Amino acid sequence: MKTVLKTFAAALLLGVAAMGVAKADPVKIGVAAEPYPPFTSPDASGKWVGWEIEFIDAVCAEEKLDCVITPVAWDGIIPALTTKKIDLIVSSMSITNERKKTIDFSDKYYNTPTAIIGPKDQKFGATPDDLKGKVIGVQVSTVHAVYAKKHFTGAAEIKEYQTQDEANNDLAAGRLDAVQADSIALGEFLKSDQGKACCDLKGMVAPDDEVLGPGVGAGVRKEDTELKDKINAGIKAIRANGKYDEISKKYFDFDIYGGGGAQSN
Amino acid sequence: MANEAAIINVVARTSLWLQPHRIVLILIALGLVLSAAFFMRWDWLPQYYEMGLIGIWRSLWILAVTCILGFLLAVPLGLAQATGSFWFAAPAKVFCTVIRGTPLLIQLWLLYYGLGSLFPQYPWIRGSWMWPYLRQAWPYGVLALTLSFAGYEGEVMRGAFAGVPKGQLEAARAFGMSRWKAFRRIWLPQAIYRALPTLTGETVLQLKSTPLVATISVIDIFAVSSKVRQDTYLTYEPLLLLALIYMTITGILVFAFGRIEARIPNKIG
Amino acid sequence: MPLLPDLSQACLPPTQPSAVRASNPGATLIDAFLSASAAGIIELLSPNAPGWGGTLLVGLLHSIEIALGATCLGLLIGTCGAYGKLYGGPVVRDLLVVYTTIVRAVPELVLILLLYYAGTDLINQALTAMGYQRVDISGLAAGIAVLGFVQGAYSTEVIRGAILAIPQGQIEAARAYGMSPGLLLRRITLPAMLPFAIPGLANLWLIATKDTALLAVVGFYELALATRQAAGVTKAYFTFFFAAGVLYLLLSLFSNLLIGRVEAWSRRGMPSLKEAR
Repeated sequence: MKTVLKTFAAALLLGVAAMGVAKADPVKIGVAAEPYPPFTSPDASGKWVGWEIEFIDAVCAEEKLDCVITPVAWDGIIPALTTKKIDLIVSSMSITNERKKTIDFSDKYYNTPTAIIGPKDQKFGATPDDLKGKVIGVQVSTVHAVYAKKHFTGAAEIKEYQTQDEANNDLAAGRLDAVQADSIALGEFLKSDQGKACCDLKGMVAPDDEVLGPGVGAGVRKEDTELKDKINAGIKAIRANGKYDEISKKYFDFDIYGGGGAQSN
Repeated sequence: MANEAAIINVVARTSLWLQPHRIVLILIALGLVLSAAFFMRWDWLPQYYEMGLIGIWRSLWILAVTCILGFLLAVPLGLAQATGSFWFAAPAKVFCTVIRGTPLLIQLWLLYYGLGSLFPQYPWIRGSWMWPYLRQAWPYGVLALTLSFAGYEGEVMRGAFAGVPKGQLEAARAFGMSRWKAFRRIWLPQAIYRALPTLTGETVLQLKSTPLVATISVIDIFAVSSKVRQDTYLTYEPLLLLALIYMTITGILVFAFGRIEARIPNKIG
Repeated sequence: MPLLPDLSQACLPPTQPSAVRASNPGATLIDAFLSASAAGIIELLSPNAPGWGGTLLVGLLHSIEIALGATCLGLLIGTCGAYGKLYGGPVVRDLLVVYTTIVRAVPELVLILLLYYAGTDLINQALTAMGYQRVDISGLAAGIAVLGFVQGAYSTEVIRGAILAIPQGQIEAARAYGMSPGLLLRRITLPAMLPFAIPGLANLWLIATKDTALLAVVGFYELALATRQAAGVTKAYFTFFFAAGVLYLLLSLFSNLLIGRVEAWSRRGMPSLKEAR
């Protein structure tokens, strides 16, 4: 009986394993499995589109990497990287010292300020004083969640959402008084029918480089220096040959890369 | 004397239970637990300890409230299906089928995000007395879990009501009891006795459904563990502790229900 | 600091259909609901590209695939588990008790998270220890493995109960005929336990179809996640969650029909339940 069970277990293990064996060694690009326009979002046919998708496609083409988009849950995206379910995080993840304790980042590939939006019929700004007594929505495990916790705790109630669009939806529903997130993503929401009807921009939050970091980079495992170097080289190349600007022009009419030039690390 | 016999009995049972292989298994388990305690990171515990207790408390009261409300709703649902009148039975049957045929997660999201997305079309909602509740997340969680419990338990109550022998009801009527009195004194208590054994299982299932409310931003114990995972980037430790917490609660529930069931005289022959 | 982007002018990439129309002051409940629904909903749910109906159907297909796989894996684990619990040695029996108790006491959501992260890690470590190469476990296989592991605990109990319900005389008779254990399993135990096991297993299948929705929380692509994405992009949360509910309900009702047939088939030659009463 025992040997039967043992062989059976082994067969089961191999069977499960064999079902999922991938052929070559494609680089699995982890994106959050949720709409985050204009950076990454699924279209009706199930394809992933957006600025960040085109950007990483260009980098992969430049470095001749075989890249596949692999959607994973945002709140588990770092464990997914460290347990090798994905090889690279390209999901508008800000480079922070806190995250650097666990994973490594490529050079930044864009940097935009952080905004706060709220209902049209209320007038307030983006300082802790303005937000006193309000309910602020943020997405879990983002720099915005950390920032709100650090600067608005005590003054305001902070509610965390699994995805950004759920926070936006609750703002439109009136369950939230404000939402803090990346200014581009919020700008996209304010242009949608839902956003136009309910909300407007309240302001940009005071900078805090310690929390908000120097910009957005691609997350890699610490030991994966080869991949990191390739991605860095790719970013440098498409910035130099105009491909980066070409893609950006399709989506934005300003420089999304942000000031300061390329930072090493 | 009786005491001594009981003690001897307990000792005998323990020694029967503690066979050599079990001692080895227990030692291995202890080793695993100890190595988990020593080699895994637990330094986050003091910081989140208080949050965790609040989370456990929230999970427990959601469980208690939804089970009680759900059961109260299940009685009329079961009765409507058992009495046979089409106009009562059909809606109750449809309700139970829909609740049992769709995932709780979808029901929860439909209630919270679905209804929420309709709010902007009705500005008067924000002026109504319900708004302070509609603004928060927990009423939706409580509502969805209550309806779910009622749907599953309603089906059980249907069988329980139908299972009470007709003769008893006829006898009650023959004694001159009114229909209401016969229902209150005979039918309902007997049906509840019959449904009681399922309550343990249903309550444990309900406990296992409570973490879903974390997906609509209610901070229960599951949400606290997610928060720890996100803050510390640890994967296994918070999840293992969470599993242990749920196992403990399940154990307590099963034990408590066992005690209650043992106290209820077995009146059904 | 980077220059402040002008939020009002950053241009939109693809235009997306939206069900949320500007609110119409003074509209009654029904009016507003109808104006939001009629044309918009049909457009949103159409199976071709501008509509998201196709995405939902693909999601449903994934859900069914995962549920089927998980139920089959669960049956395999359950059969072995039931045999282990009934005829295994003391260690096997105790380990199986631990397995079924833990799985049934911990929420599926927690198990799914634990197995999703730990399970694939462990399989890979086991494979490297046995000298094989580490493998990537795709979403589908991982989903099946995770749910199947959970289902296995429940089917262990169902099948164990069903085997115990077989009249002992039938098994003794088979042994007396000199049947080997394998033949006994194939000819007597499995067919004879089927009518007892099917109601429980059918229930497990229904649970499996609904539990696939939990995988959305980990980011598996199936109906619930497809719905969430569609709702997020189009902002038509109510429409899409409602549509998903209908799809799940249809799946359940269709399963119930099939289960009725299978149950009748498995009970063939046995006295009907009504007569037995």
